[in-house]
Amino acid sequence: MSLIDSLKDRDRVFDFMAPQASPVDVRHGPILYMEDVTVSFDGFKAINNLNLTIDDGELRCIIGPNGAGKTTMMDIITGKTQPTQGSVWFGSRHNLLTMNEPEIASLGIGRKFQKPTVFEALSVFHNLELAMAADKRILPTLTARMTGEIRDRIEEVLETIGLTALRHQPAGILSHGQKQWLEIGMLLMQRPRLLLVDEPVAGMTEQEMERTAELLTGLAGQQSVVVVEHDMGFVRSIARQVTVLHQGSVLAEGTMDEVSSDPSVVEVYLGADDGEAA
Amino acid sequence: MQSVDSSQRFWLTRPFRERATQLFLGVLFAALLLVTVLHLAVPQGHPLHVTAYTVNLFGKYLSYALLAVSVDLVWGYLGILSLGHGAFFAIGGYAMGMYLMRQIGDRGTYGDPVLPDFMVFLNWDSLPWYWLGFDMAWFAFVMVLVAPGLLALVFGFLAFRSRVTGVYLSIITQALTFALMLAFFRNEMGFGGNNGLTDFRELLGFDLRTDATRLGLFLATGVALALGYILCRAIVTSKLGRVSVATRDAEARTRFLGYRVERFQLFVFVVSAMLAGLAGALYVPQVGIINPSEFSPIFSIEIVLWVALGGRATLYGAVIGALLVNYAKTVFTGIMPDAWLFALGALFVFVTVFLPKGVAGLLAHRKRKTQEQKNQARKPQEATT
Repeated sequence: MSLIDSLKDRDRVFDFMAPQASPVDVRHGPILYMEDVTVSFDGFKAINNLNLTIDDGELRCIIGPNGAGKTTMMDIITGKTQPTQGSVWFGSRHNLLTMNEPEIASLGIGRKFQKPTVFEALSVFHNLELAMAADKRILPTLTARMTGEIRDRIEEVLETIGLTALRHQPAGILSHGQKQWLEIGMLLMQRPRLLLVDEPVAGMTEQEMERTAELLTGLAGQQSVVVVEHDMGFVRSIARQVTVLHQGSVLAEGTMDEVSSDPSVVEVYLGADDGEAA
Repeated sequence: MQSVDSSQRFWLTRPFRERATQLFLGVLFAALLLVTVLHLAVPQGHPLHVTAYTVNLFGKYLSYALLAVSVDLVWGYLGILSLGHGAFFAIGGYAMGMYLMRQIGDRGTYGDPVLPDFMVFLNWDSLPWYWLGFDMAWFAFVMVLVAPGLLALVFGFLAFRSRVTGVYLSIITQALTFALMLAFFRNEMGFGGNNGLTDFRELLGFDLRTDATRLGLFLATGVALALGYILCRAIVTSKLGRVSVATRDAEARTRFLGYRVERFQLFVFVVSAMLAGLAGALYVPQVGIINPSEFSPIFSIEIVLWVALGGRATLYGAVIGALLVNYAKTVFTGIMPDAWLFALGALFVFVTVFLPKGVAGLLAHRKRKTQEQKNQARKPQEATT
């Protein structure tokens, strides 16, 4: 009888009816959880017993000298590289090691590569339109119409990345920095839960770096953002939590001040690179 | 602003909102009307009279223009340089030619009620299976689109699935049309071999040799060009058109966004092939013959030259290019036939060096300049008020 009662309960939402937009389970805190991950290429351990936890809505900076395993770490999260051992979880429900790249991307992990690739002949607006999560088969694409909802979403992202005034300009005329922001905007159109951003300010001017810092700190909260960056000044300006990687594992973790006063960190990285500035 | 506002509309009617398309259609229909009036209303012998011969010639140019539009769709907007579009044009032409052959009936030299003359000559006693149905106009007209579309579907499926692009694809399309030319030259193929299909008499009951039918074909080709242009415009202004441009400029990135790039390429390629087939079908009754020389690689390269001269990725540029080059060809081959290829080569070098965006690029540049002059003229006034 209780089964029939439960079926008759009109307020009940069955699991299969619940919206699937965000299936990521973050009730237990972290959105990304990497434990004891090791990757070895022919005996060389690019990642060595890495433990890393990213909380939902957090902005995390990852720093480390060349060869510390930053890019390999991103490759593992996006499914490009399979670790030799360890486990990687997205929320507490999705085991990323059992999924391929498109599956992981559709789950809501977006990655921005170092070199921006935007569609130069198309306007900024249309670049964002193409990036949007939508039915991407042929006939729906041919007959697609611009609805108010879609336009609002694009305008919202344009506002976020600060390119509203340039929305009808072809993306080819944008400066390097603006292209980077457009690329971040294209990721945002897919409503990711976790954004992986690889060296966002390489080649940018001071003002562009400031704008990028504002953009990334503004994104945190709605999305979790992981930034890999070399530029210490930039990291200092945005980071609340910093993770220092060295030889494939976590050397130190904490606020920028805690990390930069850690003697082992100073020795391997900051001492050489940022000594005078610190 | 315009592009964003119009994108709320139904995709097929979207082009009618564009100034450029309105202008194009206006000029095209005005030209059709003008030629008709000058042909019918102005008495023969008057200097402004357009002869039936000229009407026929213009009709031929218009079918070339439609062919150029189809090439611009795949080359300009999808980045696929097809050097074999003459093949789709010729297949559409052959489908129309087969219908026209069946219409001759028993009035051929040998008087066979079913078999065309060349089959009687080859001692064939029955129609090959692929000639069946071509006595019915509707079937032949469907085949005009289906046969080139099918070839493009199979060819494109194999090429795009294997991610063959760029110069390799161009070479394969060139090989395709060359192979078809060799095949159609063979008498055993059943398409009239070297001589092709000719001696046509009637189309839908209208005698092809009368002036009225020629005018009708000219006007029909003009309407087909308008419809083809609108269809291509509708495609390139849709989201699918933007995916095509994205594919042209950064194929890997487009794939990364989740679009099945090879399917989009195949779709646009097939649509383009069908338009080329339609152009061929309108061409054949106007010139009165279809033979394997339409498959020749040189012809396919010439089409690409028209588009390049007119201006790539504009569609109207393709039309301008096709009309200009073919008019020049008619004039030149009349004056000194041997010099035509040199003139064509010189023209191409000139355009590549001085007009990299073709005639259409020149027009757009002019427009921008006058716009700037207007703005500058307005500025001092604003300052004083």
